[in-house]
Amino acid sequence: MGVPLWMYLTVAAALFSIGMYGVLARRNAVAVLMGIELMLNAVNLNLIAFWRYQTPFNMSGQAFAAFVLVVAAAEVAVGLAIIIAVYRNRQSVEVEDVDMLKG
Amino acid sequence: MNFGEGLTPEAIAFGLFTLLTLGGAFGVVTTRNLVRGAIWLIVSLFGIAGFFVLLSAPFLASVQVLVYIGAIGILFSFAVMLTRGMTNLKERFNSQWWLAALAAVIAFMLLMVGVIIPVFGNTGAPVSDQVQTTVDLGVALVSGNQYVLPFEVASLLLTAAMIGAIVIAREDD
Repeated sequence: MGVPLWMYLTVAAALFSIGMYGVLARRNAVAVLMGIELMLNAVNLNLIAFWRYQTPFNMSGQAFAAFVLVVAAAEVAVGLAIIIAVYRNRQSVEVEDVDMLKG
Repeated sequence: MNFGEGLTPEAIAFGLFTLLTLGGAFGVVTTRNLVRGAIWLIVSLFGIAGFFVLLSAPFLASVQVLVYIGAIGILFSFAVMLTRGMTNLKERFNSQWWLAALAAVIAFMLLMVGVIIPVFGNTGAPVSDQVQTTVDLGVALVSGNQYVLPFEVASLLLTAAMIGAIVIAREDD
């Protein structure tokens, strides 16, 4: 193992920040979901890096990463279904156009 | 890792995967055409799969390729195609994009200061070269005193989410 832990953490932090920018700044809801996927992947990278460097004796890191993966799959399926339903009703997937709940 | 003394293959692979991951992520958040955005997302996820291989988690790497690149990438492509007319928005970012950029930069700084600086420069190797294998992961996921309950809850969640997605996206008639 030639690469130290902090390099993995730096890459994960950068990935998380880029994903966060995508979530906050993009107008298209599909692009927002893509940003969420990037953030979840950064979390997974952190989990696996810490698992490998700190606790490779038990499986908690990998198991948690697997659960994050399952939740991400569920989240993206429901999210895209909602986006498609919104597009069918409003002919738009711009986040700013979906303001029916605004008082 | 010392770049001066010659690159180890692992360091070269790390650099390559970093380039794929961060470059792909950058493409995802900046590209105007979302079809390209989906391709960039796949590039980025592939880089993450490479990191998993480097971190000796081969099962998760293959699951990453199958589930993320295979399933979620295709799902995003379908979503982009089903919402045609929105894939090429003239304005990519909302009016507060600079605020979002500021928040992202601050988040990165906070992560650096809070988490990475304490371990910065610590070139310590992992605590052990002995790594649990995929067999151990499988046992951990189904053994009674480890993760069998979260495992079942996760499968239930996945089923519920899939049924919910079908119900939400179905056309009312």
